[in-house]
Amino acid sequence: MSQAVSTPILKPRRDESFVGRAFRRFRRHKLAQAGLVVLILLGLAAIFAPTLTPYTFDGQDPALLGQPTAPSLKHPMGTDQLGRDNATRILYGARVSLLVGLSSALVATLLGTLIGALSGFYGGWTDAVLMRFTDMVLSIPILPLVIALSGFLRPSLVLLVLIIGGLGWMSTARLVRSQFLSLRTREYVEASRALGGSNSRIMFRHILPNAVGPIVVSTTLAVGGAILLESALSFFGLGVQPPTPTWGNLLNGSADWLETAPWLAAFPGLFILITVLSVNFLGDGLRDALDPRL
Amino acid sequence: MNFSVYLTRRVLSSIPLLLGVSIILYGVLHLAPGGPTDVYADNPSVSPEALKNLERELGLDQPVPIQYLRWLGALLRGEWGYSIRSGRPVTADISERVGPTLALGGTAFALALLVALPLGILSALRRYSATDYIFTFLSFLGISMPIFWLALMLQALFAINLRLLPSAGLETIGDGSFVDRLRHLILPACILAVANIASWGRFVRSSMLDVLGLDYIRTARAKGLSERVVTYRHALRNALVPVVTVIALDFAAILSGAVITETIFAWPGMGRLFLEAMNGRDYPVLMALLMIGSFALIVTNVLTDLVYSLIDPRIRYE
Repeated sequence: MSQAVSTPILKPRRDESFVGRAFRRFRRHKLAQAGLVVLILLGLAAIFAPTLTPYTFDGQDPALLGQPTAPSLKHPMGTDQLGRDNATRILYGARVSLLVGLSSALVATLLGTLIGALSGFYGGWTDAVLMRFTDMVLSIPILPLVIALSGFLRPSLVLLVLIIGGLGWMSTARLVRSQFLSLRTREYVEASRALGGSNSRIMFRHILPNAVGPIVVSTTLAVGGAILLESALSFFGLGVQPPTPTWGNLLNGSADWLETAPWLAAFPGLFILITVLSVNFLGDGLRDALDPRL
Repeated sequence: MNFSVYLTRRVLSSIPLLLGVSIILYGVLHLAPGGPTDVYADNPSVSPEALKNLERELGLDQPVPIQYLRWLGALLRGEWGYSIRSGRPVTADISERVGPTLALGGTAFALALLVALPLGILSALRRYSATDYIFTFLSFLGISMPIFWLALMLQALFAINLRLLPSAGLETIGDGSFVDRLRHLILPACILAVANIASWGRFVRSSMLDVLGLDYIRTARAKGLSERVVTYRHALRNALVPVVTVIALDFAAILSGAVITETIFAWPGMGRLFLEAMNGRDYPVLMALLMIGSFALIVTNVLTDLVYSLIDPRIRYE
């Protein structure tokens, strides 16, 4: 190799803060930034859906009843067999899909963090019991169980979030536990204890902030997984029920028109794909930025 | 502690694990509101007395813990019970579905392996090349793909527009030759393989990159060995050790992922049986399928440890 070896982009800067370094690393990950931009745009579009479209998600155009119509200037993604504007329904679907994805991931993270923190901090019996329980849940085929539960319960939005989140906390629990195991022996924990800090103070004020990087990364990736799961459930008619549109149940309704109106199925799926792809890119970028092991 | 003691301990410790799993599953399924007799609830020709009799016959009038103990007792004697929908033994209902699922899952597994390994290796060897970037992007695409949607799109393309492949089913009625079955297998097997190709490929790539950066690879190159020998004899062998774990653990996941694929392609396997049993609240069949799934997960876990120690002599079980 010549001496023109490119200087490492990662120049160590002594007085750089954790956030500053993370931000600089994140700036190098172009796909992650693109993902973030896409997600922000999607989020804004979902929030401002009513002002972005002249139609409502259940408003029917009597002239277009009976057959789906192809994309046109008036209806950029066509209309469905009931004369409803497809783009509007996808826009409103984004609200539910994004909300369910985000909240399920948060539920899973909260549960996993709590279980992992208790397990890693206290060790001993607490650890043994909680980790055996985690092993058990990890030995269950989760996808079939989620499908069965949704089929039995015909869940409301809140219940659906609890089902998806309640069966997705295991990897976070293991991750947080391992972080706590290594962090609980640090000097600052000892110092806090010497000053009379309570267990919960040490756990949540001192240790948890130091473990937050990997938790943020795993939460981000969990959002993608939850969106995929919700859309699969709704696709089978087991998740969010019509007339509330989600990307999954829009696909459910469009499968019958695959032959004559394939665009009805193409657009909602494309939105799922783009969203989950953005989430995964963002998660990858955050891992580069936040994971101290790199 | 030697390996056989370790293995015995692992096998023994999976017994309480399975027991715990069965309690969780049984509780969750049976405590959910509703039951197998719901289908008759709105039927005016079925009297409330008849419903009560039916529930007593199925043992559903007992408290859930008693039902569980009965189910467990029967299971320990090798009795899986009878399907509520078909009245046949659960083993009979399931055994005719095992073949199609293993055929589909096995094909998808082999396909994923055949594509992911070379792609991952190639991507690692040409790090930061166009090939690598394209592969990385495609693998992200695969991981983020809603496979049920991809299935719909491929059905629309290959079965409806191009009329190249059948859209669903195990075989054409009245045909059923090997070629015909193979044609039916292509789409579902590809769909089932997509996510695994992506995640395994990425894993192979990163594992390969880890090994290629080690000192002994530089030593091998310094000795004047050809790049071929360095890559395949020295690097690949060690890079595959962690890969084996991931791939083996995913086999059980492929089987449970078949729930979605089999339903979309009307593939008469265990996954579709699961959805049918769910719609009819067929508790014995549901429990049996879920327990088989858990058993597969636990067994692959133990087997993976076994294989791991065989291919990597550095690993000792202390």
